[in-house]
Amino acid sequence: MSVLVYSESENGKLKKSSFETASYGKALAEKLGSKLICVSFNCSDSELLNKYGADKIIHVESSSLKEFTAKTYSHALSQVIENEDVSVVILSSSADAKYLGAYLAGITDSSYVSNVVELPESLNPFIVRRSCFTNKAFSSTEINGGLKIISISSNSYGIEENNGDGIIENLDLNEVSTTFKVSNVEKQSGKVTIADADIVVSAGRGLKGPENWHMIEELADVLGAATACSKPVSDMGWRPHSEHVGQTGKPVASNLYIAIGISGAIQHLAGINSSKVKVVINSDPEAPFFKAADYGVVGDAFDVIPELIKKLKAR
Amino acid sequence: MNILVCISNVPDTTSKINFTDSDSKFDKNGVQFIINPNDEFGLTKAVWMKDSNNASVTVLTVGDSSAEAILRKCLAIGADKAIRIDCEAKDAYSVAKEIVYHCESVKYDLIICGRESIDYNGGLVPGLLAGYLNYNFITNCVSLEVESEKAKCAREISGGTEYSECDLPLVIGAQKGLVEESDLIIPNMRGIMMARQKPLDVNKAQNLNSRAIDKKFFKPEEKSEVKLVKSDELDKLIDLLENEAKVI
Repeated sequence: MSVLVYSESENGKLKKSSFETASYGKALAEKLGSKLICVSFNCSDSELLNKYGADKIIHVESSSLKEFTAKTYSHALSQVIENEDVSVVILSSSADAKYLGAYLAGITDSSYVSNVVELPESLNPFIVRRSCFTNKAFSSTEINGGLKIISISSNSYGIEENNGDGIIENLDLNEVSTTFKVSNVEKQSGKVTIADADIVVSAGRGLKGPENWHMIEELADVLGAATACSKPVSDMGWRPHSEHVGQTGKPVASNLYIAIGISGAIQHLAGINSSKVKVVINSDPEAPFFKAADYGVVGDAFDVIPELIKKLKAR
Repeated sequence: MNILVCISNVPDTTSKINFTDSDSKFDKNGVQFIINPNDEFGLTKAVWMKDSNNASVTVLTVGDSSAEAILRKCLAIGADKAIRIDCEAKDAYSVAKEIVYHCESVKYDLIICGRESIDYNGGLVPGLLAGYLNYNFITNCVSLEVESEKAKCAREISGGTEYSECDLPLVIGAQKGLVEESDLIIPNMRGIMMARQKPLDVNKAQNLNSRAIDKKFFKPEEKSEVKLVKSDELDKLIDLLENEAKVI
């Protein structure tokens, strides 16, 4: 029996999340006394997975997988699962991985649990800890059934190097027919996205208007961070929906989350709770965010942020 | 056109999260339940499609009788018919299988779910439905237009939007953007009165074993107190982030 990791790539290169899923997969494979197999699609640098302990790397090159769709990718993975006698499949928590994970669970009739934050606490029965109630709680969840699929929360396990001597095998796939066609992808280039960012700089109504966001963008620039915003800000159209973080928006699991002029409503805090370090900058010392943060500055964003940018630049 | 909207009955976003039965069950005591926000965006879109696509809209939930209040609300918002599958919703797999069983006897052109529920956040049901039913599937759906059996849809992806086309039948995972927060329909008195006349069927459940069982819930550890830095001592903040937290 093997542990199979789906190693995601973008433009032919492995994504950072692939190193975390491989690290997790290796640790799980060792616990289970089994082998780690990594599979990637149309990826030119999959040999890098050896650094994280892969015992076998399956390389699939196919024009039918040029564009990501849940159906074609799931069917490709299900063929690998059939060929390799797999007991557990590991996915990341990226939008694409979660998109295909549930579909894959359907077509393979397997047991899927998402938002897993640790290695299994028990193998028999198979029990994993996952976050729920938008990070307000965790559940020790027993997974029953044959094939198991788990997606791990980003940054929850980390990256561990491990020597692997995985042989790269090429695999030809049977193509699956579908009427689903991706017609166009619009993507901002050169901008750090919330999902991939180590640091997120987020601002709320305290900024008073969209015209003041230049300083948030500048601060994000200096830190190499992604920008985000609170729900009222996206509802008022000051910022795009894609920046809204919180319970009904995007979850954030960055290493550092800086909240500027955000009071810290319970729904907002729920969405950003799994960030490791939280900094709040707010003029109101009573703002609930101060109870959730690790570091805080009581002060006017219009004074603090330009000063902070200056000092960071001078570093 | 026949649309099914799957509705999850979830604790209000401001609810305090507590557990009971030695931390093995969510404590419903004093908790207000609402239509899962992502489902409500989907329901609003479905109600619009009654006009634009001459659609008929059925709402369905898997749950006990306490879930009927939100089904009545869905009818007041504009759904034509409601179905409750009578069993406790235990995990995504058993819920999806109950819906699949229903969809084997009644054919829908479009099945709308929320992209995830705000209680368990699994985001599994729409994909499981599509996988089991072999329907087309798009989640994080922010735009949908259906014309003569063909759908044009858009999905929010990391850093952008992906546009696609496919044939029906289709399962979508709805989220904000499919309709806006300000588009949500607040039922008026007429809607509430009409909802009382609309059918709410209770179907017998298959009662399948669940595959993911919550053994025990935990709350995150209490946080230590915030370290305050004076607004004129920002060097100290940078030093703490660099050398204590090691995050910049």
